[in-house]
Amino acid sequence: MREEPYAIKIDDLTVAYNYKPVLWDIDLVIPEGVLMAIVGPNGAGKSTLIKSILGIVKPIAGSVQVFGKPYKKQVDKVAYVPQKGSVDWDFPTIALDVVMMGTYGSLGWIKRPGQKEKKQALEALEKVGMLEFRDRQISQLSGGQQQRIFLARALVQNASIYLMDEPFQGVDATTEKAIINILKELRKAGKTLIVVHHDLQTVPEYFDWVTFLNVKGIASGPVKDIFNDDNLTKTYGINYKVAVNK
Amino acid sequence: MELTDFFTNYTLRTITLGTAVLGAICGMLGSFAVLRKQSLLGDAISHASLPGIAIAFIITGVKNEHLFLVGALISGLIGTFWIKSIVKRTRLKNDTALGLILSLFFGLGMLLLTFIQKMPNANQAGLDKYLFGQAATLVEEDVWVMAAVTGVSLIVLLLFWKELKLLLFDPDYTKTLGFNTRFLDILITSFIVVAIVLGLQTVGVVLMSAMLLAPAAAARQWTNNLGVMIVLASIFGAFSGVFGTAISASQDNLSTGPVIVLVAAAFVLLSFIFSPRRGLLFRELRFRKNRRELHLKKTLTFMYRIAKEHDNISHPHAIRILNNFQGFTRKTLTKLEEQHLIRVEGNQWALTEKGFQEAESMYVKMGTDHD
Repeated sequence: MREEPYAIKIDDLTVAYNYKPVLWDIDLVIPEGVLMAIVGPNGAGKSTLIKSILGIVKPIAGSVQVFGKPYKKQVDKVAYVPQKGSVDWDFPTIALDVVMMGTYGSLGWIKRPGQKEKKQALEALEKVGMLEFRDRQISQLSGGQQQRIFLARALVQNASIYLMDEPFQGVDATTEKAIINILKELRKAGKTLIVVHHDLQTVPEYFDWVTFLNVKGIASGPVKDIFNDDNLTKTYGINYKVAVNK
Repeated sequence: MELTDFFTNYTLRTITLGTAVLGAICGMLGSFAVLRKQSLLGDAISHASLPGIAIAFIITGVKNEHLFLVGALISGLIGTFWIKSIVKRTRLKNDTALGLILSLFFGLGMLLLTFIQKMPNANQAGLDKYLFGQAATLVEEDVWVMAAVTGVSLIVLLLFWKELKLLLFDPDYTKTLGFNTRFLDILITSFIVVAIVLGLQTVGVVLMSAMLLAPAAAARQWTNNLGVMIVLASIFGAFSGVFGTAISASQDNLSTGPVIVLVAAAFVLLSFIFSPRRGLLFRELRFRKNRRELHLKKTLTFMYRIAKEHDNISHPHAIRILNNFQGFTRKTLTKLEEQHLIRVEGNQWALTEKGFQEAESMYVKMGTDHD
C-alpha cells in the first residue's frame, strides 16, 4: 500500500467507557507536518481521542490509520507524551532512566539499553534543558521539569508523529515557551504534532492546525480559517465567545 | 507444643533456611506488588487460596502438601481473575472487588474446613495450619522447591527487567511502545501468586500478605533505585525469616509465622523512622533546622532595617525593640552572637560588619525574588 499524504486518518471512531459515548462518530484527517491543537471543554474526549489513536483505549467502532496502516504496525513512528499526572512520580528511579525508556521500543523485548541509548537520552535531556538534572530522583523535580522529562522521553523515540496530552498543564511561562519552541522546531523538521491544549488564547500563536472536539468532531482545519467565534461557540457554548474576543 | 524439644538441630537449620529463602523471594516479588499498587491484591489472593486447599483434600482424600499448593494456586488464580473481571465489567472499584473476593473465598474456605473436620474418615489434623502457617512442618524438600522457584523467578526478572520496570512506572506508555502489557501484567500477577502459595505453609493465609509487603515497604525507604530496592527487600525478607525463626525457637510456644511477620514489621517501623532521606526522624530534624535558620535570618534582616537608619551600622540598640518582632527569642540572639553576626552588651545589641553584610545580601536577594 502506498503512503498517503496524511499522517493520521480516523473513520467513524466511537468510544464509550460505560453507556454514554465519550467520542461519537469521529472522522478526522490530520495532514503530515502540522502542529495541531485539539481543543474542547472538559469531558470532550480529547485525551480519549489520543488514547484511541495509540491503541490504549479500544474503540467500539471505527478505525484509525497511521500513515495508511493500523497503529500496531507503526509503533516506531509515533511518540506519546502522557499527562504528567498519569504516573506516580515517587517511583524509585532517576530522570535519565525515565528518558531512556524512550529507547525501549526500538530495542524490543529483552535487549538492554547500552551506551548508544544513553547518549541519545543525554542529548534529549540537553534539548529540553534538563541535562544538569539527569541524576535527580524524579520526585525531586518540579512539575515543569517532570513535564520536560516526559518530552525528552518522547524526543528519544525519534518518531514522525508526536501525540501530547496537555504538555502545558501546570508549567510556568518559561517552561511553556521552552516547550513550544521545541514543538515548533520539530514541525520544521517535518514532524506531525498533535497536542491537547486548554489555553484558547495561545492557539493562534502556537499552532497552525486545530481540531474542535466535543464528543463529536466539530471542525478541523487551518487555524487561520476555522479558529473563529462560530466554531468556539459550537464547541464550548455561548459564553466563551466573550472571553476569547476580549 | 514445646518447640525447643520438638527440634533437633537439623530440623531447626532446615526451617531457618526455608524461612530465609521464603523471606527473600517474598521481598523480591513483593516489591512488584508494592510498586504496582497491588498490595491488597496479595492479601486477596492469599485468602482466596484457602478453599483450594480444602477442595484438594476433599477430592483426593490424601494429605499431600504439594497437592494442597496446587489447589491453592488454582483457587488463588480464580480469585485474581474474578477481581480483575469485576473491576473491568462492573462499576465497582478495585478495593471493593478485592474485599468482596477476599471475604467470599475466605468464608468458603472456613466453611469447607469445618466440613472436613466433620468428615468421618478424615485425617483432620493439619489443614487448619494453613490459616496461620506452621514453619515446623518444613522439610528439606520444601526448601529445595522454594530455592528452585526463587531461581526461576530471578531469571525471569532479569530477563524482562527493562519491560517490567517500564510497566511499573507507566503502563499506558509501555503499550504505546508496542510491548504486550497483558503478558507483562500476567507475569507480575503470577509472581505475586507464586510467592503467596510458597509461603502458605510457613506463614499462613491470614498473614501472608504482610510477608509480601513489609520487606518491600521497608526497602523503599532506603533507596531511590529500583534494583537496589529489590535487593534490599530480599535481604530484609531473609533476615525477617532468620530472626523470626530464631526468636520463636528460643521461646516456647511462639508460632513462627506471626513472629516472622512481626520482625518484618519491625524492619518497616525502623525504616520509616530512621532512613536518612525519607525517614520521619531526619525529616523532622531537617524541618526544625530549616525553621531555626529562617528565624535567624528573619531576625537579622529586621535588625538590619533598624541599623540601616543610622550612619554607624554598629550603633547599639536596645534589645527591648526586638520584643515586638514575631519569631524573636533570646535564643536567636545568642545564636546570632555565636556566629559573630551581632554583639550583645548588657541589654543592647549591635550589628557587626559581617552581620551587616550578610543581612544586606539577604535583603537584596529577597527583594529581587519578589519583583
